[in-house]
Amino acid sequence: MHTFYNVVSGPLAWIAFILFFGGSIYRIVRMLMLVAEKEKFIFTYMSWRYSLRSILHWIIPFATVSWRRQPVLTVITFAFHACLIATPLFLLSHVLLWDEAFAISWWTLPDAVADVMAIIVILGAIYFLARRLTQPDVKFITSASDFVILAIVAAPFVTGFLAYHQWLSYPLVMCLHVLAGDIMLAAIPFTRLSHMLFSPFTRAYMGSEFGKVRHARDW
Amino acid sequence: MAGPLKKEKAGVVDEGIDVGISRLSEAKIQSVINGVIESETGARLKTYVETCIHCGLCSEACHYYLSHDKDPHYSPVGKVKQTIWEMLRKKGRVSPEFIRRAAIIAHTECNLCKRCTQYCPFGIDITYLMSVVRRIIHKLGVTPLYIQDTAHSHSVTMNQMWVKGDEWPDTLQWQEEEARVEIPDLRIPMEKEGADIMYSVIAPEPKFQAQLIYQAAIIMQVAGVNWTMPASVGWDNSDMAMFTGDNEIMGRLKRSHFETAARLKVKKIVMGECGHAFRSVYDMGNRWLGWSMPPFTIVHAIEFYHDLIKEGRIKIAKKYRPPITLHDPCNVVRGGGLHEKARYVAHALCENVIEMHPNREHNYCCCAGGGVINTGPPFKMTRIEGNRVKAEQLFVAKTKGAEVLVAPCHNCHSGLHDIVHHYEIGLDIKFFGDIIYEVMEKPAQAGP
Ligand code: SF4
Ligand code: SF4
Ligand code: SF4
Repeated sequence: MHTFYNVVSGPLAWIAFILFFGGSIYRIVRMLMLVAEKEKFIFTYMSWRYSLRSILHWIIPFATVSWRRQPVLTVITFAFHACLIATPLFLLSHVLLWDEAFAISWWTLPDAVADVMAIIVILGAIYFLARRLTQPDVKFITSASDFVILAIVAAPFVTGFLAYHQWLSYPLVMCLHVLAGDIMLAAIPFTRLSHMLFSPFTRAYMGSEFGKVRHARDW
Repeated sequence: MAGPLKKEKAGVVDEGIDVGISRLSEAKIQSVINGVIESETGARLKTYVETCIHCGLCSEACHYYLSHDKDPHYSPVGKVKQTIWEMLRKKGRVSPEFIRRAAIIAHTECNLCKRCTQYCPFGIDITYLMSVVRRIIHKLGVTPLYIQDTAHSHSVTMNQMWVKGDEWPDTLQWQEEEARVEIPDLRIPMEKEGADIMYSVIAPEPKFQAQLIYQAAIIMQVAGVNWTMPASVGWDNSDMAMFTGDNEIMGRLKRSHFETAARLKVKKIVMGECGHAFRSVYDMGNRWLGWSMPPFTIVHAIEFYHDLIKEGRIKIAKKYRPPITLHDPCNVVRGGGLHEKARYVAHALCENVIEMHPNREHNYCCCAGGGVINTGPPFKMTRIEGNRVKAEQLFVAKTKGAEVLVAPCHNCHSGLHDIVHHYEIGLDIKFFGDIIYEVMEKPAQAGP
């Protein structure tokens, strides 16, 4: 178990981070190169003002008609995404690891709060799963990969939650937790989790088209 | 997975689609699909397809989806799944029967109205994805017959309705003569070099609705506008080729339109009350020709009337009495931001304006747009059944007292006419031009 832990938190973690950062940069650069190669006109229409205006509306809960029409989903998806990003970044035990390894540290969340946030992510994932299985329009477009990415995202939180409460075998759960984290990081650039990377760009482009050319709101 | 479509679409027979399909082989399909995807698409298609998180937030935006009791086949992303996703996933290896469905979906179950883009958190442009499908359908020769015929007309005559060379100036002269009964010194100035404005219309105007040219001439005359209409090709601003994915013809049409304006040395192009023509001239055709924005100032009729009224160049003798409700044509509202100007005009002309909801840039499309009405009789019911929500919206306006529906777009006009008729809503449909003509001060009234 010990060696397994060393592997997932050592070399595998390195690989995961390299894949995450390297892969993200690669995907974005490739996309921009493709724009330059085949659809250069897109750059002509980009506007900072309208890009930011559009992004701002869409990252604020209930600031768009679409969000307002789906109040339950909006609350859940914002809570889910906020906790999904904040919990791993500001978890005390994660920051301690950074401190140990590289002597860097930053502000941390109280453990009890982080625990609630992990639960929010898990409940959010369950909600999304239920929505995929029951809402006809979502079910119609759902493919196996959608379940896979949901599992990839939920796994670090489920295992993290179990580890924190020391349920089941702690060493095993801990190893699985680190492994799940590695997998999620590495998967972001190479699965549809990449919406994390691309959505600011697609949003900015549409915001620019609507603002600059169409003189209409896109929210 | 959701069940089969409630209404069996196989019943629809369209010669353009069915004959086209009978000539297809799987090899041809594959090479066309991959050819279009490789040589004509790039980061947009790839990023849209890979970023879509399959959340279905776009569903609620689509009037087809809402009108079919949330049948997932009609949700925007559902239509994408049934067309371009499959084509990409199978690398073009799809059957002729698949192409038949794709042609019907892209051409008759989507108005390219862009409402869904406003509801997708990522701003994924489903209209663009559907246009790529239409481009593939075009290259496979499977475009629905009626709209293909209009594209042929564009190609041969440079107008949408097979209006022959001499019919056009004849019509203008005829309308000039008629209008002179009302205002004796009225002119419809043809080929007047250096005029401020070139006025362009869509071909159905001279073909079926010449009185609209008459009314426009009266408005121009009363307002003292220095205007002209071309006598040659280039007068028609309509563009069905844009909707069939025949970009090459779209380019020819717009080039001729802009070149005509350049030849006449005008300052602006003013267009009649048409939505899709505005999209073509203002947004699509110019891009194909390499102009990021059109080479001329493009003024849609709504904006033109707005300015004339605001500047006091036309005066309202007596406001229009019957309560009106206003349809926001997506191409000039979601596509041009003219919704507030349309309201200014409506309130200036009419005593009572009853709003429909949702409105402005969140309006529901009329279901005629995007060339759907131009697919003709075989798909008339697709349009009508696909827009029950509009009928409900109109019905609410009617119960609030509206008697007249103003639709400042030709396609909307015809499409809404079918909806009003089928659902027995009982609203008169008018253009702004009709109402202006009726309520404006005219010199003839002061005459003998
Ligand atoms: S009809 Fe409009 S809302 Fe529906 S899919 Fe097409 S573009 Fe989107
Ligand atoms: S709303 Fe956008 S991301 Fe969600 S399914 Fe529709 S197109 Fe995809
Ligand atoms: S016909 Fe009218 S409402 Fe319909 S798409 Fe055109 S502009 Fe939109």
